[in-house]
Amino acid sequence: MSLGALIVTDSYYLVLAAVLFTIGAVGLLVRRNVIVMFMCVELMLNAVNLTFVAFAHSMNDAAGQVIVFFTLVVAAAEVAIGLAIIVAIFRRRKGATADDVQALKG
Amino acid sequence: MTEIVFFVFAGLAVAGAIGVVGSRNPVHSALFLVLTLVSVAVFFLQENAALLAAVQIIVYASAIVVLFLFVIMLLGVDREEALDDPVRLQRPAALVLGALLVAQVIYLAGHDWATGAKTARGVPLKGGVPAGGGSFGTNIQRVARVLFTDFLWPFEITAVLLVIAVVGAVVLARRSGQRADTPEGETVP
Repeated sequence: MSLGALIVTDSYYLVLAAVLFTIGAVGLLVRRNVIVMFMCVELMLNAVNLTFVAFAHSMNDAAGQVIVFFTLVVAAAEVAIGLAIIVAIFRRRKGATADDVQALKG
Repeated sequence: MTEIVFFVFAGLAVAGAIGVVGSRNPVHSALFLVLTLVSVAVFFLQENAALLAAVQIIVYASAIVVLFLFVIMLLGVDREEALDDPVRLQRPAALVLGALLVAQVIYLAGHDWATGAKTARGVPLKGGVPAGGGSFGTNIQRVARVLFTDFLWPFEITAVLLVIAVVGAVVLARRSGQRADTPEGETVP
């Protein structure tokens, strides 16, 4: 199978990362379940990681990959704290949707 | 070959992402998330980031998704969720804003005045390439050299961050953390 003269460059990865980031952002806006919203945040973080790795490849600089490491650490910490918050909210309110948490609503 | 791998896994990644957003069942969302994460790991392999691909599989696709599934099962929120729109016009607005966002990002990525990608392309920056030319070796050696020289201080700070996260998770998930609104002696169900 031949795809002709089509050569995948690093900008293909950037466009793909943009699409993934956007799907995550739309999901964050559309969904009501807090856990699924968290997954959408993970999606956006992954899209940014893909961007970092694509630039690290195109600029021949390993620093971009090191930044992805730090992103992974922050994502892991964020998931641990976020899920603990969800568990705490669920104990109190018997619901894990964003509409159940509106005590700060004006 | 590279092109075929890219387009196959790009399709899988986008399909997985849409599945995460569109699934009614949170368990299905988590499994679609695994699909996307593994596809991104394949892209890491293609971009000469073998170490990150392994870390992506181990940390993301294993640990974090298992944590998600564990919380879903623990809370029993794995029932179907109504995908109807509680706020009127919110979903069309989200789709329009999403289309705008992807147009913006792609526009920015295609112009080097925003990212500097084209001007810096091919110019070796510090970190990846030794001063005398040549190479530091494999991907793992390069990443390790940068991580433990230029980024040593942030690396140590991540240890503090992880400790804070662990302590915070324990404090938040502890049952006796509800003492504020339950009187002394009353058992929390």
